[in-house]
Amino acid sequence: MLEHLELFFKSIFIDNMVFAVFLGMCSYLAVSKKVATAVGLGAAVIFVLAVTVPLNWLLDQYLLQDGALAWLGPEYADYNLSFLSFILFIATIATMVQLVEIIVEKFSPSLYNSLGIFLPLIAVNCAILGGSLFMQAREIPTLGLALNYGISSGIGWFLAILAIAAIREKIRYSNVPAPLRGLGITFIITGLMGIGFQSFGGMLTGDNDPPEQTAPNTAEKIKEKEIEKGIEDEEKAVSYNDVINE
Amino acid sequence: MAILSKKDTNLILDPLADNNPITIQVLGICSALAITAELQASVVMAISVIFVMGVGNVVISLLRNVIPSKIRIIVQLVVVATLVIMVDQVLKAFAYELSKTLGAFIGLIITNCIIMGRFEAFALGNGPWRSFLDGIGNALGYGVILIMVGFFRELLGSGTLFGMPVLGDPIAKTGLYAIGYENNGFMIIPPAALIVVGIIIWVQRSRNKALIEEA
Repeated sequence: MLEHLELFFKSIFIDNMVFAVFLGMCSYLAVSKKVATAVGLGAAVIFVLAVTVPLNWLLDQYLLQDGALAWLGPEYADYNLSFLSFILFIATIATMVQLVEIIVEKFSPSLYNSLGIFLPLIAVNCAILGGSLFMQAREIPTLGLALNYGISSGIGWFLAILAIAAIREKIRYSNVPAPLRGLGITFIITGLMGIGFQSFGGMLTGDNDPPEQTAPNTAEKIKEKEIEKGIEDEEKAVSYNDVINE
Repeated sequence: MAILSKKDTNLILDPLADNNPITIQVLGICSALAITAELQASVVMAISVIFVMGVGNVVISLLRNVIPSKIRIIVQLVVVATLVIMVDQVLKAFAYELSKTLGAFIGLIITNCIIMGRFEAFALGNGPWRSFLDGIGNALGYGVILIMVGFFRELLGSGTLFGMPVLGDPIAKTGLYAIGYENNGFMIIPPAALIVVGIIIWVQRSRNKALIEEA
């Protein structure tokens, strides 16, 4: 239970899709002019992430990982198909998006009308593929946690687009320097919001230094995790921060 | 440039400045910003995208009369994914450390909106040679911004370029550090990339007033 809660808050605040790893920026910038549309897209992202991350987790566990084919018989245990993960993940996502669109259209026309136009957009939203790739890189251990990860990172993305849409609606009345208007100021505001979100970094470790979350560090963290596997959570958190502070 | 007609030259040069995929078309920001804390990663990312876009545009352009329009998104995704797997495997074979650093972000080239955008907008309606130039041009425009951001972030954040110290040694206090200069740790954190891009957009639009958005 505790690990579920930890993963939930970590994915929403610390590893926020938009502010920590810049995923789904294209639709984040393009669809954030009005709060109402932002809410629609955000909900669709949560929904699709919640479906595709667990699915891709199953694919990863029983098809792609090193030795994952062992359930077929001992002679298959040596296969490592992980190089196929990109193409399988994206195929799953594209198929699921189509499927979800068809099902929603059939059974809930009103939901389709509010979500429908955003669904095709989502197949090429980096946040969706990113969710699956990070799920794989972080070696999430169980299906339940994978579902949790999908939903919570979706909520993180939803929060981000909701916040920027609200700010952009207000900023229309401000006197922004002409060359910064539109895209420029949105970038800078997102940067400032990102700095704000950095302060969540110490939330779960009890450490006052926010972990820096640049991409190289994420990779280091993952490596570190692999090495430290099997050690108590608390100890892990401590060594984690030591590595980052170096 | 004798082999290129004026129109073809524009295909390459336009996306470098006035029609830049990142600062004007607002495409492909997703996979770009997170890896720009170091110049080396930015350069490798730029080269990977140039390869994927150049080849991908040619493949789609060759297939454009065969692809049924209903399933074209899936076909495009498969083409990109195949190319990205090639890049990923090459990096793992020849630059393992770097491929660890870039991690999932190489995979995210697949959903880079520039690539899908150019497939849709250009390669589906033009011949292979022009599509190739268009792909290379747009990928270069993307690469230029990436390298600019990487350059400033690494120089101001760590005082190094490609991992080589250029401003002196911060611990031994040599070079610029001798007169009290300090690295700006702010440039290393992810949100700084957004602010640097914001400033690049600001500079570009101040120089070319035609690009300013109507509020």
